[in-house]
Amino acid sequence: MLQLGYNATLVAIGATLLGVSAGVTGTFLFLRKRALVSDAISHATLPGVCLGFMVLVALGGDGRNLIGLLAGSAISAWVGLLCMNWLTRHTRLAEDAAIGAVLSVFFGFGIVLLTVIQTMGVGRQAGLEGFLLGSTAGMLRADALIIAIGGAATLLLVMIIRRPMTMVAFDPEYAAARGLPVHRIDLAMMGLVMAVTVVGLKIVGLILIVALLIIPPVTARFWSERSDRVVLLAGLAGGLAGYLGAALSASAPNLPTGPIIVLVSFGFFALSLFLAPVRGVLAAVLRHLRFQRRVHIRQGLLALAQGQKIYEPLTLRLLRRAGLARADGVATETGKARAAKALRDEKRWEIVRADQAHEATAALYDGLRDIETVLTQDQIVEIDRQIGGPQEVPA
Amino acid sequence: MSGEEFVPLSLTPLLIGTFAAIACALPGNFLVLRKQALIGDAISHVVLPGIVVAFLLTGAISTWPMMLGAAGASVVAVVMIEAVRRLGQIEPGAAMGVVFTTMFAAGVLLLEQTDTSTVHLDVEHALYGNLESLIWLDATGWSSLFDPEALAGLPPELPRIALTLLVVSLFMWLFWRPLKISTFDEGFARTIGVRTGALGFALVIIAAIAAVAAFDAVGSIIVIAMFICPPAAARMMTNRLETQITWSVVFAIVSAVSGYVLAGYGPLWLGAADAVSAAGMIATMSGLILACTAIWGPCRTRAGAPSTA
Repeated sequence: MLQLGYNATLVAIGATLLGVSAGVTGTFLFLRKRALVSDAISHATLPGVCLGFMVLVALGGDGRNLIGLLAGSAISAWVGLLCMNWLTRHTRLAEDAAIGAVLSVFFGFGIVLLTVIQTMGVGRQAGLEGFLLGSTAGMLRADALIIAIGGAATLLLVMIIRRPMTMVAFDPEYAAARGLPVHRIDLAMMGLVMAVTVVGLKIVGLILIVALLIIPPVTARFWSERSDRVVLLAGLAGGLAGYLGAALSASAPNLPTGPIIVLVSFGFFALSLFLAPVRGVLAAVLRHLRFQRRVHIRQGLLALAQGQKIYEPLTLRLLRRAGLARADGVATETGKARAAKALRDEKRWEIVRADQAHEATAALYDGLRDIETVLTQDQIVEIDRQIGGPQEVPA
Repeated sequence: MSGEEFVPLSLTPLLIGTFAAIACALPGNFLVLRKQALIGDAISHVVLPGIVVAFLLTGAISTWPMMLGAAGASVVAVVMIEAVRRLGQIEPGAAMGVVFTTMFAAGVLLLEQTDTSTVHLDVEHALYGNLESLIWLDATGWSSLFDPEALAGLPPELPRIALTLLVVSLFMWLFWRPLKISTFDEGFARTIGVRTGALGFALVIIAAIAAVAAFDAVGSIIVIAMFICPPAAARMMTNRLETQITWSVVFAIVSAVSGYVLAGYGPLWLGAADAVSAAGMIATMSGLILACTAIWGPCRTRAGAPSTA
């Protein structure tokens, strides 16, 4: 951070804080399966920004006072949010249609207001278009301070109401039964999202703030099944993306901060999608291959035990590699032993599955599970007594 | 207003706006019913990287490569959303959010990286379009409608959007029954042999075509509004799909015409000198219509369904 200039340092600090609070807040939205609500909220800020500008100019002030514009955007985003909520609760529209309607209508109205401002002849609306995509070029210390305070306040509020929000996200019915005001908690969550959106307007702009609210939580979700860890990881991913993005964009000309932050955070997402330990694509592929291998070896062993020829090349290759069969498909000594064991296990399972007393165990049968893992030694001995001793395998 | 003024200045933007509105509203009906309304939103965002890439490849602002680029980007986006959703086991909304914001960011970055100062290509244009500029300079009055020389000077967006509207209507007409059945009862549609997956994808492609053509003429904000608002408003008016589609077309026309007129002449009536954005005004009008139907529409509540509120 030391090599960055003064302005770039401000932007980097602001972006990091914004990333953290967006990631943390967005997690609850994502867990509640309402990620795209943020899209409606962010687009609904535009008329507020314009109205705020108009009011400021009408009062004779500088139209670009950040606090005034942010207050305006917060009000219109809140109105948009209430409209959306009303549409989903009181009409037959599904949430996605309500989101789209609010998003497009508010944004369209905002554009009408933008053109009105353009014709007002004040001539200083250039700063307003920056709110669409963010503009960090002329960021002042005061602006950075507002962003920092806003981000920190949002984080604090999230920490305070995180438990009810988590409960509502996972099981709204249970939360309602416990007496929690589900609807109000939802509104509070949306309010926090709105706060993050408003704070982020200056840095990433209203179209791309959605990315910061959605991508880090989705990224974090790959790495953990525990909601508190997902929240922390999302904050980390968001903050890192914010910092790296701001630093990268300061390192060369023509690299707008907002899009770079979004792309960095998509980079984290792509990495997680492929490399995450359990939910990642790579892990899933490995799991699949391991499963395939087990099925082939098992079927191959059963075929060997019953003296059938193996035609499947993959089975043969796997058996050979495990030292269970020779290249011509004849079992080795170990192979014979393992094959006899596999056949006996299969017979044991047959008995287990035919016996009502073993019903629960029988449900675990999938053709691969070792019977020793589900039955005790005594039970197996009892089953073996029913099967009888080893018999000669046909040559 | 005389024909001499109306035909060259307002007739073509009005027609283009109306056609674009209808072309988006028609597939929008099915998207809203299938709870895929935000596909339109996603498509209208990813159109930007599509046209920027097309511009980088061809080096010129020409329509067909750009429309191809936009259409290609929509297909890439739809495939990526599906891939992210399946590979990552992520709910569709979030998958959509991840993909379209990233592609939009990439588009903005590409745009900033290339020197487009000499050409008219910027984010604002992509968002609001330039409906007002699609004037028909060769026209002199109503008689020009029958004058082949003047007709040759029509803005090329008009025949393009008309053709798109035709394609969209044709698709709806040809696949009416399977579309209707699979929208309301996908399982039943599958049992009678409808390939619902392919049909759903075709619907999204048709929506993308409508979005790209409309975007070319009027900007992406109308596209999202027209995909959702007229069908949603029509949904409040009736329980029958046929009637709903008729209503949605009516609402689309009303919002396009009233929006255009209000944007062009409204400020003059109020004493201001300049017009406001027609695209924004059309979106606003469609929102007003939706608000009215949401308050007074005869079928606005979930009939029969238990209230979840």
